[in-house]
Amino acid sequence: MEILEQTPIIEPGHTSLSVTSAIADVPLTPIRRTPVGWIAGLLLAFAIMMALLYAVGALFIEGIGVWGVNAPVGWAFAIVNFVWWIGIGHAGTLISAILLLLRQDWRTSINRFAEAMTLFAVANAALFPILHLGRPWLFFYLMPYPNSMGLWPQFRSPLVWDVFAITTYALVSLLFWYMGLVPDLATMRDRAKNIWAKRIYALASLGWRGSARHWSHYLSLYLLMAALATPLVISVHSIVGMDFAYGLVPGWHSTIFPPYFVAGAVFSGFAMVLTLLIPLRAAFHWKDFITARHLENMAKVMLSMGLVVAYGYLMEIFNAFYSGDIFERANTLDRFTGFYSPLFWGLIAANVVIPQLLWFKGVRRNVLVLFVISLIVNVGMWLERFVIIVQSLSKDFLPSSWHIYLPTIYDILTYVGTLGLFLTLLFLFLRVLPAISIFEMRELVHETGHHNAVAVENATDGKAQVYPAKPTKKEADTAKGGR
Amino acid sequence: MTTNSDEQRQPLDLAAARQQLREKKGKDYWRSLNELANSPEFEKVIEQEYPRQASLLGTLNRRDFLKVLGASLALAGLTACVPQGSDKILPYVKPPEVLLPGKPVLFASTVLQDGYGQGVLITTTMGRPIKVDGNPKHPATLGGSDVFMQALPLELYDPERLKQVMNQKTAKTWGDFTNALGSLSGNWGQGAGLRILSGMTTSPSLIDQMGALLKKYPQAKWVQFSPVARNNSLAGANLVFGQPYEPVYDFSKADVILSLDCDFLFAEPGHVRYGRDFGVRRQPISANGTMNRLYMIEGSSTMTGSNADHRLAVKPSQIEGFARAIAARLGLAVTAPTGDVAGQPWLDALTADLKSAGKGALVLAGERQPAAVHALAYAINQALGAVGNTVNFIAPVAQGYAGDGYTALKTLAQEMSSGAVDTLVILDSNPAYTAPADLDFVKAMGKVKNVITLANAMDETAVLSSWAIPAAHSMESWGDARAFDGTISIIQPTIEPLYGGKSALELIAALLGQPVARGYDLLRTYWQGQLKGGDFALTWRDLLGKGVIADTASAPIASLPTATLNGMGALPAAASGMEIVFEPDYTVWDGRFTNNAWLQELPKPLSKLTWDNAAYLSPATATKLAITDGDMLILHVGERNMQAAASIQPGQPDDVVVLSLGYGRKEGGSVLANSGFNANLIRTSAAPWFQSGLQVTKGREKYTLATTHEHWTMENRDLVRSTDLEDYKAHPNFAHDGEEQAITLYGQEERTGYAWGMSINLNSCIGCNACVIACQSENNIPTVGKDQVIRGREMHWIRIDRYYKGSANRPRFVYQPVPCMHCEKAPCEVVCPVEATSHSAEGINEMTYNRCVGTRYCANNCPYKVRRFNFYKYVDENVASMRALRNPDVTARSRGVMEKCTYCVQRVNEARIQAEAEGRPIADGEVQTACQVACPTQAIVFGNINDANSTVRKLKDLPLNYGLLADLGTQPRTTYVAQVKNPNPMIKEEA
Repeated sequence: MEILEQTPIIEPGHTSLSVTSAIADVPLTPIRRTPVGWIAGLLLAFAIMMALLYAVGALFIEGIGVWGVNAPVGWAFAIVNFVWWIGIGHAGTLISAILLLLRQDWRTSINRFAEAMTLFAVANAALFPILHLGRPWLFFYLMPYPNSMGLWPQFRSPLVWDVFAITTYALVSLLFWYMGLVPDLATMRDRAKNIWAKRIYALASLGWRGSARHWSHYLSLYLLMAALATPLVISVHSIVGMDFAYGLVPGWHSTIFPPYFVAGAVFSGFAMVLTLLIPLRAAFHWKDFITARHLENMAKVMLSMGLVVAYGYLMEIFNAFYSGDIFERANTLDRFTGFYSPLFWGLIAANVVIPQLLWFKGVRRNVLVLFVISLIVNVGMWLERFVIIVQSLSKDFLPSSWHIYLPTIYDILTYVGTLGLFLTLLFLFLRVLPAISIFEMRELVHETGHHNAVAVENATDGKAQVYPAKPTKKEADTAKGGR
Repeated sequence: MTTNSDEQRQPLDLAAARQQLREKKGKDYWRSLNELANSPEFEKVIEQEYPRQASLLGTLNRRDFLKVLGASLALAGLTACVPQGSDKILPYVKPPEVLLPGKPVLFASTVLQDGYGQGVLITTTMGRPIKVDGNPKHPATLGGSDVFMQALPLELYDPERLKQVMNQKTAKTWGDFTNALGSLSGNWGQGAGLRILSGMTTSPSLIDQMGALLKKYPQAKWVQFSPVARNNSLAGANLVFGQPYEPVYDFSKADVILSLDCDFLFAEPGHVRYGRDFGVRRQPISANGTMNRLYMIEGSSTMTGSNADHRLAVKPSQIEGFARAIAARLGLAVTAPTGDVAGQPWLDALTADLKSAGKGALVLAGERQPAAVHALAYAINQALGAVGNTVNFIAPVAQGYAGDGYTALKTLAQEMSSGAVDTLVILDSNPAYTAPADLDFVKAMGKVKNVITLANAMDETAVLSSWAIPAAHSMESWGDARAFDGTISIIQPTIEPLYGGKSALELIAALLGQPVARGYDLLRTYWQGQLKGGDFALTWRDLLGKGVIADTASAPIASLPTATLNGMGALPAAASGMEIVFEPDYTVWDGRFTNNAWLQELPKPLSKLTWDNAAYLSPATATKLAITDGDMLILHVGERNMQAAASIQPGQPDDVVVLSLGYGRKEGGSVLANSGFNANLIRTSAAPWFQSGLQVTKGREKYTLATTHEHWTMENRDLVRSTDLEDYKAHPNFAHDGEEQAITLYGQEERTGYAWGMSINLNSCIGCNACVIACQSENNIPTVGKDQVIRGREMHWIRIDRYYKGSANRPRFVYQPVPCMHCEKAPCEVVCPVEATSHSAEGINEMTYNRCVGTRYCANNCPYKVRRFNFYKYVDENVASMRALRNPDVTARSRGVMEKCTYCVQRVNEARIQAEAEGRPIADGEVQTACQVACPTQAIVFGNINDANSTVRKLKDLPLNYGLLADLGTQPRTTYVAQVKNPNPMIKEEA
């Protein structure tokens, strides 16, 4: 593999120690030496989050009416944001679970971060189904629980499926992420100077000592969790897609939605990972760990997913005309030429046309261009959900009821506010937890070092034993220290 | 508070407190009593007046004190706990005659529209009137109703009604007023300075009393004025018959109708009845086999025009030429225009059609047209032999009125300005707002020393009056009225005056020196004098029970002279340039309903505009003037001008700006504030309906209009299926052309027992909106306000979709009332995650409000978009009078809950309870939904579709029956009878 040789997934010259300190020292920075940039970033994110607090306060006090939703357009920003955030979450699970099972080494340095991103995105996403209820204080009616009314939720409704899909997904993502953190938390415990930090890390690391038995149990569990999380990548967004496919609304009622939503989710998720990682690797000097190869691989995933999404768009349009259904056809034509057509063409440009630049290696290697493209894809995927949800509802069967939707300031503040919440969580995460998996990086250092040493004599051996029993931290430090 | 300030405080004047309390009733009474009891002054008074009880002050709490001391006051207040009056009112023929808790009682009564009586049945529950419907025994309604009738309960409970006698902005009592009146009337002498201005008055008892008043003060004058009174109709009769006779039409006999700008389905007295008769003859399979045909030539887009088979919109000034041309072709001696007239292509075919219809023809002219056009219409009818068949002439119903309202008002204004008027008494009229601009009525009012106004609210006139007396609502007072055909019916109060209002009878009695006369006694005494013979007590009883005095319709004028068209005058020169056209408003009439939120939020039949009026322009005119929707226009007519927002409406005539009356009011409530534009600013007494010489300039601002219907066409979707009679005869099954049988994976559930369904006949529906308000009244539907309508959040459970067919310049109109379809396979039900909407065993799609969490998924998935969401807490729980308005059988919905049409399930259940108690099934027609009852044309039929003999089932078995969007497989329970039009094959409509 030429590229593999040309662009390693970790820059040469790293030792277990150098890796460990490069990653672990970030969260272990003494409080007084907290970087000014981090403080400023957190404050900004926190301030943006306050917009969410304000908007949601108004929402709870006044009612759904503060949003722009109306009679034909019963769902708008809240559901758009919900689908968007859930979609973003998908990249994390895909990177950590599916790529793990597919034995893609390069995922190592980005999986922790992507998983955290998943969690925070799901947390944001999960807000919206509750916020968008007319009577949010009764959200528990959607859960199956024994009650004096003798009523279950209605299992025919995709919204109930959503409840199950999202809660399962959130739970599994959280467990998977936490599982992955345990050995690193132990590292943090061992390295922490501050007694309180040490205690907290100790508590969180569940008594991890790094014995061979620990590792053996740990790895089987980790694999199992990965296997458990994998179907969720497919199921969650399929079910979200079914919220719409199940409906009669022209523009929603389409069997292609579940797979096309999954592809869209992965597409937007990878875009978001890129959007976040590109500035972070610069800020934390992690370019050695998150190399050009990582960015390039992610760009390739984005490109391929973008093509699947483009196929979805094409099929939707084709089916609208091929079916002969006047409502579907009218809906499609309205997407092309109606009130929301600038958004439609915007999403086509952002999700179909611009990602084609990723065919060029020069583009994939140009970090700045990649960053801009990833931003554009994020916007494009938001627009896609907006067009699917709002445009379809605004013009359905009876022209008498057609009505456009325009967001209010509360719609916008709620959306922007969740970005603030997301960034706040992200900043806190970066400050207290290792954003790159330390133990997996050490393993990578070990493996790449091993490769370099034995490549000539045993070139085919590289992947024969992917997960050898992990050396304990001390062992590793002594063994590799001299290199 | 400190002891020092206590010393300085004025002791409470008990007399003043009693004075204050005298005006209060019931709950109000209690509240003010409580407030009083809390005040330290009150405690002091207690100590002074009841020293023995004073020792209790320390130990008794306030409530006990009230018990002990407030007894006499409290008992006075308690009387109002029985809101129905003490006078004996009698329920409508149906029992129960006693008050059963929870059981509604119907009373026959009458409501007035511009003086003309419309017989109604008022539903009261626990003594509160909550619903008004037509009285099936009354000729003006035959059980149907219109929007104004339906909206009366809200007017009754309007919290902004005038509640106290006001004298120069200070609250007084009726006693104060009658005292002042005593000294005032001493100076009246022969009444030279006394003028009475009233709205149109048909009440025999009131006219009798006016007679007495004018006898006492022979030099006094009584002026009747209404901005929409029948002036030209009477003047036209005067022109041809020498007497101001009033026409009464019989649409049940009319085969070919030519309407010359006459909106008889809305604006004419008797329109509810006309709608019924017209609708019966609109059926392709009508009772006597022939479908009528309506030609309409009109100066604005009217509801009647939208129902025509042939419609032509022209400048209103062009209609006289058209009428003359027709008359000339029918051989009448009249100067016809020499060249082509507007509607030239119609002339031959139309004349032939009218001729062949003979006495089955009916030509009518609208109030907007000058007397000459009415004269022509009458002469044509007479020439065709239609008089005595489709049209009759009677003496004016507003007795003594000769169609001279504007002249009379002008004279009055001149007299007032010259200082000749000392006292002006105003009844049922708001001249400070409605008087045409050229009269300068407000200025003239300033010259009158004493203006006494009987007012519903502190409206434009009341605020300028020296005395404003709260008027009793027609549901609170005794009275009588005559209908469009002269039939007399009684106004029975169904509730004691909420705010101590007085009726016109009582006010005139006070002017006659009987300040304490009660309306009941006045009315009963009058009728005792009229109905001689037999036991009057029995007659009275019978009369109140039925609501109508039998056989009192005016007899047609026996020997009607042959019409002479000599007085017609010359053909007016064709006016060039733009014209301003006025019309009574479809929701607020002449402004008297502008503070009624139900009517304000009601979409107007054609423009679907709410909360405003607007300057309507045709698309071509708008293009010519480079005007877009919402542009503020400055309309210059003569030396006057006004501003109004533009609204482009296909179907309006070119070179015309149409403006409706009733908006732009300034005083009289918060609902009417900032809504619409006051047409009276450019309306003159010389040309109250249309005027040429209009100049339109475009202002710089934009104005936001709230419409509920933004799209005009059906987009080639077969939503309203319609065809022409000829095509229908050839293809009786046309409504199902191209229909696909929806296939389903699921089996069809067997429905046994009752299966409720509805049929809506698009041949009958005239788009009048009565069903919308009836539903609002029945189902406690809140209004949401203009900004919420702009956001698309109106709450109506039934709406009337209006589509235009054909080109924007010559559109045809179709209406389609859309309530919930109660689909057998309801898309809303399966998507609700909490099962808040579900199917009843009888096929009603039901909402469980308590279970609803408000995901709005059901509304998204409803292809008919009939679900309505409470985005805010729209229901008003705070205003006491609004609580009294509500139907106790229907839950008031709070914020965050979905709601929609329930097929009036409360009525179904009531009928079921009754039927089960009597051990029989519910009979066909026993359950009538609110919209069905209200419909003037009986377009809506509800019933059990499992019963092969039910009316609804028979309608559903017609080949014309079709389901809206049935291709989706929803299997709607509400279906439509496809529309068949009856155009004249000889006339080719240009596109």
